[in-house]
Amino acid sequence: MNSAVKVNNVYKSFKKGKTEVKALQEISFEVNKGELFGLIGPDGAGKTTLFRILTTLMLANKGEAWVDGFEVVSQYKEIRKRVGYMPGRFSLYQDLTVEENLSFFATLFNTSLQENYDLIKSIYQQIEPFKKRRAGALSGGMKQKLALSCALIHRPTVLFLDEPTTGVDAVSRKEFWELLHQLQAHGITIIVSTPYMDEASLCDRVALMQESRIMEINSPKGITENFKKPLWSVRSADMYKLMLDLRSGDVVDTCYPFGQYHHVVFKKDPHTVEEAKQAIATISAKDLEVQRIPATIEDCFMELMRK
Amino acid sequence: MKQFLFFVQKEFYHLLRDRRTLFILFGMPLMQILIFGFALTNEVKNTRIAILDNSRDEATAGIIHQLEASRYFDIVKNIRGYGELEPAFREGKVKLAVVFPPRFQYTLLHENSASVQLIADATDPNVANTLANYATAIIMDYQKSMKGQQDFPYTINTEMRMLYNPQLKGSYNFVPGVMAMVLMLVCAMMTSISIVREKEMGTMEIILVSPIMPIRVVIAKMVPYFLLSGVNIASILLLSVFVLDVPIQGNLVLLVSECLLFTVTVLALGLLISSVTDSQQVAMLISLMGLFLPTIMLSGFMFPVENMPIPLQIVSNIVPAKWFYYIVKNIMIKGLGFGYVWKETLVLTGMTVFFMLVSIKKFKIRLE
Repeated sequence: MNSAVKVNNVYKSFKKGKTEVKALQEISFEVNKGELFGLIGPDGAGKTTLFRILTTLMLANKGEAWVDGFEVVSQYKEIRKRVGYMPGRFSLYQDLTVEENLSFFATLFNTSLQENYDLIKSIYQQIEPFKKRRAGALSGGMKQKLALSCALIHRPTVLFLDEPTTGVDAVSRKEFWELLHQLQAHGITIIVSTPYMDEASLCDRVALMQESRIMEINSPKGITENFKKPLWSVRSADMYKLMLDLRSGDVVDTCYPFGQYHHVVFKKDPHTVEEAKQAIATISAKDLEVQRIPATIEDCFMELMRK
Repeated sequence: MKQFLFFVQKEFYHLLRDRRTLFILFGMPLMQILIFGFALTNEVKNTRIAILDNSRDEATAGIIHQLEASRYFDIVKNIRGYGELEPAFREGKVKLAVVFPPRFQYTLLHENSASVQLIADATDPNVANTLANYATAIIMDYQKSMKGQQDFPYTINTEMRMLYNPQLKGSYNFVPGVMAMVLMLVCAMMTSISIVREKEMGTMEIILVSPIMPIRVVIAKMVPYFLLSGVNIASILLLSVFVLDVPIQGNLVLLVSECLLFTVTVLALGLLISSVTDSQQVAMLISLMGLFLPTIMLSGFMFPVENMPIPLQIVSNIVPAKWFYYIVKNIMIKGLGFGYVWKETLVLTGMTVFFMLVSIKKFKIRLE
C-alpha cells in the first residue's frame, strides 16, 4: 500500500442525552507517504474526532481506516508503535521539567533522547536552555515545541498534530510550520489540523471540513483555481455600512468581510475597475477603492459553505 | 524493568513536588491518632457533678469524700434544694447529681437499707449510663467498707475482670480503626485521583498512543503510595505504642504483613475506581462516599457489627475494612496468632485478587 493513511467512508456519532450528535459523516481520503496533509475547518467540524479514530483512541461507528498499512481497529497495537500524536490540548506533565518530560516519553516508547537526536535536534535546541524548567512554566510556543519533540522522540512514520498552532503567536506559528517542512524532509508523513485558513497554503494538500463532512480535497492551488468567479476587493470609509448596502442591493452576489477589505463577487461581472466602481456607485460610499484580486482558500471555503 | 523503575521515579516526582498533598498524607495519620487519642474520647474523666445532701451525716460525708477522691468525678456544686437541680443541668454545669434523702445514716443503720438517688443528664445515653455505673460502684465500695461494723448474713459479690483492655481504654479500639481509615484515604483515594488526573490532563491520551501497556504506567503509580502507606503504618504503630500506651500483643511481623495486604487491597480498589471515572471530583466522591463512610460505619470501628440489623450485618461483609479491623484487633490487642485470623486473611486476599482482575479487565485501552 502506497498511502500512509487511508480512510474509507468513516461515520461517527456521539450520544448526548437522547439526541445523537453526528461528528463525522462519509469521510474518505488518502494521504500519500511523506505528504504534509492539512485538515482545515472551524471548531466542531470533527477534526479531533477524526484524529482520535486514526490514532486508535476511538472506534468509528461505520467505515474503515488504515494508518501506515495497518487497520485501526484490529491492528491498533502496531499503529501505536509507529505514529506520533500531539493532542490539541497541551498534554504533558506540567509539574515535570522539560528534560523529565522528554525522557518519560522516550521511556514510554522504549527509546532514548540520544537515539533519534538528529530528528528533533533543531527543535530541541530551541528549548534546551530551559530544560530544567517545569513544563507548566513555559510559554505557549515553547510548550508546542516541547510537545512536538515528545511526539517525535520515537521517529514516527506518521505524525498527527491536532491544532498545533492554536493559541500560539504569529512568529511562533511561522517557526512551527518551518519545523514541519524540515520534518517532511526526514520522510515523515504529517497530518495537521488547523482552524486557520491562511495555514492551508503551507500544506501539500488540504481537506476542507465543515460540520462533520469533508467538502473538498485538493492542493491549495487547486482549490483556489476552482474558484471560477472573478473576485473583487472593496474598501470605503464606512466599512460596515458598505457591507450592509452591498448585501441589500441587487448588483452583488456575495460579500464577505476580510480584514480591511470586503471580498465581493458581482452578479454581472464588470470587466474593468471603472465598471466595477460604477456598479457600486449607486451605493453612496465615500473614498471607494476597488481592485480585482485572486481568490484565497478562505474565499473558497465560504463559497463551498454556501452550497 | 528499567522502564518500570523510571515510571515509579516519575510518580515520585509528582508526589514530592506537590508539597501540600504530601503534608496531608503524612500529617493526617498523626493528627488522627492524636485527635482520637486525646480529644475524642468517650472515657469518663473529671466529670462535673453536683451533690444534694439533705442529711449531712457521717455516712453521706464518707460517700461524698469517696466520690471526690475518684478521678472520674469533680464535685463542682453543693445544692441546697431540688429547685436548684434543674437549672444546674440546664446550664450544662453538671452531668450527674447525687441526692441523699434526709436522715440517710439513720435509715441505713436502723432499717438496714437506704436509697441514694442518681440523676444523670441522658442527652448522651452512653455517657449517662457510664456515669451512673461509676457512681454506683463507688457507693458500693463505701458499703463494703462499712461491712466491718455491720453483719449482713448473705452477700454476693461480683468480681469483674476486663480482658485484653483492663483499663477500658478507647485507644485499643480506634488504633486499628484509624489505621484502616488512613490506608483507605491514602491508597484508594490518592491513587484513584492521581490516575484520573492523567485522564483529565490529557496525558493518558498520549500514553495510550504508545506501544506500552498503559496498565503498566498505572501500576507504577501505586508503588509510591504503597511505600507511603508503609511509612504511615509504622508511624501509627509507633505512636500507639509510645504515646497512647497501646501495646502490640501479637507478632509484629504478622501484624505488619496483614497491614500491607490491606494496603494492596485498597490500592486495587483505587485502581477500580479510577477505571470507572473520568474526573478527579467523581473519583474523590466515590472514594469518600463509597469507601470512607462504610469504613467508619460498617467496619465495627464505631458501632459493633453484632448490634446492627441483619441486612447491615450482611452488607458489612463486603467492606474490606471490617475484615482488616477484625484481624488487627485480634493480633494487636488480643495477641492471637495467624491460626485465628487465617479465614479473614483469606477473605481479604480474595477481595484483592477480585478487585485487581476487575479493574484490569475494565481498564480502557481507548478513550471511550
